[in-house]
Amino acid sequence: MHEKMNTTDTLYIGGNEVTSRLITGSGKYRDDRIIKDVLAAAECDIITVALRRVDLEKPKETFLQYIPQDKTLLPNTSGARTAQEAVRIARLAREIGCGNWIKIEVINDQKYLLPDNHETVVATEILAKEDFVVLPYMNADLSTARRLVDAGAAAIMPLGSPIGSNRGLKTLELIKILIDEVELPIIVDAGIGRPSHAAQAMEIGADAILLNTAIASSQDPVRMARAFKHAVWAGREAFLAGLGDSSETARASSPLTGFLNS
Amino acid sequence: MSFSDILASIDKNAITTRCNNTTIDDVKVVLKKERVEIADLPVLLSLAAEECLEELAQKSLTLTRRHFGNVVSLFTPFYISNYCENRCVYCSFASQRSIIRKQLTFDQIHREATVISDSGIRHILVLTGESPKKTDFSYIHESLTIIRNYFPAVAIEMYPLAEKEYGALINSALIDSLTIYQETYNKDRYESLHQRGPKANFAYRLDTPDRACRSQIRSITIGALLGLDDFRHEAMSVALHAQYIQKMYPSVELSLSFPRLCPQEGDFTPEHIVSDQQLVQLVTAFRLLFPSCGITMSTRESQSFRTGIMPLGVTKISAGVSTAVGGHSTDPSTTQFEIADHRSVKEMQTDLLSQGFQPVMHDWSQRMSVI
Repeated sequence: MHEKMNTTDTLYIGGNEVTSRLITGSGKYRDDRIIKDVLAAAECDIITVALRRVDLEKPKETFLQYIPQDKTLLPNTSGARTAQEAVRIARLAREIGCGNWIKIEVINDQKYLLPDNHETVVATEILAKEDFVVLPYMNADLSTARRLVDAGAAAIMPLGSPIGSNRGLKTLELIKILIDEVELPIIVDAGIGRPSHAAQAMEIGADAILLNTAIASSQDPVRMARAFKHAVWAGREAFLAGLGDSSETARASSPLTGFLNS
Repeated sequence: MSFSDILASIDKNAITTRCNNTTIDDVKVVLKKERVEIADLPVLLSLAAEECLEELAQKSLTLTRRHFGNVVSLFTPFYISNYCENRCVYCSFASQRSIIRKQLTFDQIHREATVISDSGIRHILVLTGESPKKTDFSYIHESLTIIRNYFPAVAIEMYPLAEKEYGALINSALIDSLTIYQETYNKDRYESLHQRGPKANFAYRLDTPDRACRSQIRSITIGALLGLDDFRHEAMSVALHAQYIQKMYPSVELSLSFPRLCPQEGDFTPEHIVSDQQLVQLVTAFRLLFPSCGITMSTRESQSFRTGIMPLGVTKISAGVSTAVGGHSTDPSTTQFEIADHRSVKEMQTDLLSQGFQPVMHDWSQRMSVI
């Protein structure tokens, strides 16, 4: 299958048109030289970059050299424990030429690696005012999502399950609420271990998927990238086609109460 | 509850009994659990678990890949002084030993830092012996001020400092990380091995992680020096210490290390030799217990052992190592211990890549921290 993921179903993030609904990462590979092939297989527009892994003294000599120029870099603030550290990392990312997109990741619980929603809101507000395109990673929570919208986020990135768990969409019901209630794009991040997880998130109406480890730690990252591309596409197509209700009662394709109008 | 109280509550006889009475079926039950608990540790360290080592290794590999991918962080130790007032019976730097004592001048520190930095190393572990008279806090502060200019991330493995001293180093952005080994968590054994010098104070050393964590240290590495006491008892103490730190200081990145005494270290013969198989058992058991923690593998271990154990949970490794003061740029002094893996930084990078790992030289910069 060589079709592009979509042609008319356009996603906008912070006013920017995004062709691919799959965002991948640049870390954890056996060899960074494979990044270019992975991106080509995934047909990604956006790639995340852990700034903590970039030697600030010589950024061009790091894995950044393997990322094609036409991709949008999405630096993340991995390692930040507070809003202030996230802000500092975002500013450093912009200083060294990584652009103005930023994924806010504030984690101050190193055991479960869960994000700190409060600090995330604080960082989002500061960086949005500085004209960053802010994509905050968060625990799926409606109140926080609304605060992030008010703070100027460009998208909301709820976790599917804790980082590294590979458990899929354990927060499914909460993500559905975000999809229903929040006007910004919902990008599911973390916990996506299999293409079927990604397809499931897209089927329920998520706007995009961000994942890294499942591709990077695969035995064949290029093939896995392709698998995720298809899964995201399939899930999106199913959503657009109008997925059949999975409720316990059967539903006829014609209205059962149609006779009342005749 | 302080960690001292937790340590005092450990029932060592119960651990031994559990280890001895565990069956292979018991081990398989634990291996199928979604979340392994500390109560499961004696099962994973039992004799029966030795029969399940391959399954332990497979599970450890899977968990490590999920959390860390295929990356391994590299660092190297940087010894600045070997003056010491302690009499640790197993250590080459101990005060009773007739060795050439050396402390780097600030000019020598500049030179040593330049040579190490030129090797490609970006993360450094700065070490001293324990001599608050010779290596006083102002010397440490000044040394770290120099070293900070060469390396984006600096860890220390020095004698235990006071809380305000850790605070001063952290607030001056001179260190990110602390490595402190309790050596042995068996208080009686500890006191017999450290009879003189400031290190004789078991409780003060035990509370060191608390003092550093209260001062907002970014990351900490703990462990026991394997060989000084029953490794299963030590393992339970390390696990409880790790759990305590995670609960009390959740923002601190915790790493574990398993330095192992060789059968003969100088004139010291350890009573509790840990075999290669048991060390693998330890590393994999801790990976199951602490999936998100870093695990460091020492150059005390041979190249072939380090290569073999690398996929089984290890996330940090030293390279281009000298355990002598000024060992990279000056006439080397006595080494603290004999290293068994002499690979240079470049050789380690090449070997890791050929093993399917990406060597990571840079994993944090002090410029990203907000104190």
